[in-house]
Amino acid sequence: MSESRQRIWAPVLILVALIFLWEALVTAFNIQQFLLPKPSAIVGNLVQVVLLDGAVPKEDPVSEISLDNRFIVVVPGEPTPEMQATMQEARWWEFPLGARRVSVLRGSNLTPILAASWFTLKEALGGMAMGTLAGIAVALATTRWSATREALLPFAIAANSMPIIAFAPIMNNWFGIDNPFSKMAIVTVMIFFPIMINTLRGLISVDNRSLELMRSYAASDSEILFKLRIPNALPSLFSGLKVAGALAMIGAIVGEYFGGPRIALGVFITQEAALFRFASAWAAILVACLIGISIYLVILLAERLALPWHPTFRA
Amino acid sequence: MTGPVVVLENVDMIFGEGAADQVHALKEIDLQIEQNDFISLIGPSGCGKSTLLRVVGDLIQPTSGIATINGKSARQARLDQDYGIVFQAATLYDWRNVAKNVQLPLELMQFSRTEKDRRTQAMLELVELTDFAGHYPWQLSGGMQQRVAIARALSFEPSILLMDEPFGALDEMTRERLNLELLNIWRKTNTTVLFVTHSITEAVFLSTRVIVMSARPGRITADIEIDLPQPRNAETRSNVRFFELETEVREALRISEGGQENSRAPA
Repeated sequence: MSESRQRIWAPVLILVALIFLWEALVTAFNIQQFLLPKPSAIVGNLVQVVLLDGAVPKEDPVSEISLDNRFIVVVPGEPTPEMQATMQEARWWEFPLGARRVSVLRGSNLTPILAASWFTLKEALGGMAMGTLAGIAVALATTRWSATREALLPFAIAANSMPIIAFAPIMNNWFGIDNPFSKMAIVTVMIFFPIMINTLRGLISVDNRSLELMRSYAASDSEILFKLRIPNALPSLFSGLKVAGALAMIGAIVGEYFGGPRIALGVFITQEAALFRFASAWAAILVACLIGISIYLVILLAERLALPWHPTFRA
Repeated sequence: MTGPVVVLENVDMIFGEGAADQVHALKEIDLQIEQNDFISLIGPSGCGKSTLLRVVGDLIQPTSGIATINGKSARQARLDQDYGIVFQAATLYDWRNVAKNVQLPLELMQFSRTEKDRRTQAMLELVELTDFAGHYPWQLSGGMQQRVAIARALSFEPSILLMDEPFGALDEMTRERLNLELLNIWRKTNTTVLFVTHSITEAVFLSTRVIVMSARPGRITADIEIDLPQPRNAETRSNVRFFELETEVREALRISEGGQENSRAPA
């Protein structure tokens, strides 16, 4: 128990330490924000924490303190009416902290980034669904008819060595630059190979003894497929899915770099970068990373549920 | 069934025939196995014992010669599900728990649900694994896995049990215990057993007949009747006749290996 806890906490501590180091170095060396924004500036685009120190009246007009996408803002005295209006609008929740009040606000770029992420996530998942179905279908077909395998596999391997993302402008042209299907098509093609080859490997790398056993029971081909090959292929299908999950977000976002509707995450990132708003571009990238990790974790969970028998999960 | 269970007539098996590296695995094999026989095949590595077992089970087809099982072709016997097979590796399906593994042949043969459950229960009792019905293969020891494999092979009451060094990967203690269990099962189920082994002791202890083979080409060089009293038990191993028969099998093996540089007797 303590060992598994350690396995979780060690990386978390390292991550936190790295973020603080990043913040400190950027501050200490006064690095320009277009080179590398501070982590607090990036997060400030998504969430802001305002400390209201109402107990200490100040003579200075507080209106000089600007929220300005900063992560943590200390406001001495009463905020101005304008600031109060902004805070009212963006407030998530507010709670007292001793004599002070803490107000957690939605960052100014949170809503557009989340909307864009949702749009892009749908593209990634749509492409993933299509690519997975196609990969499994081709793997099953080539298992059933081994002649197809020998004929098709060289092409599949050749296709895998191609930089598929290079076709993104073509796909945009084929399916329409604003049509999410153009990005789904890129994702589909990108993940087809890892799914297909992993599934195929699982379907055909069946232990010879297991096959002989089936034959000794006079099992039919379809019985061998359903009772032996498919269960045998599930672990490698999940390995393929983990690779595909990472590729899917890459395919969708990079596809959008070549053009897409304003609401797409890739388009948001390129536009913000072009306008020198690097902190909000970084914020969008941060959300993309979190989505990628979430997809991976969901696949991991599904794997655990689907393969409770797998020795990898022995307690 | 009145006739012999297995009849092999002049069976030859040549792998890669015509190629420079062709292997003459079996040569002029004639063998007859009667009902309720417990036959052990013993011989040096590469003598074709496993190949012979696979010919009987129709997992490979002989280059020439005829294999007749229960009065029909080996292929028909396989389609009629006359064989229960146990390999050296337990070959359990990782995604099935113990009970589901035992049920696999019953599922394929479309036994009714109640019959499936009844037989699975009975088989697990036979190999004393009732408490492990819900365990997955990786949670079992090698000996337990092999007992599951035996239960699976017997679950549909095949008329012939083909065993290819089933206890070869197990330690001596487990092997001796499973030998006794196997004899118990054999007595209770009236099956005919064809058993491939490397161990002289095991062959003599279990069998009603021991077939000694030579290597390259694989031929039957001796056919030794084991006339030890039934039922066999722990005392059988200290019977004087047991040692005599062991010596006889060892001698036959030495003669069969005579032409080879590697003349150590298999342990």
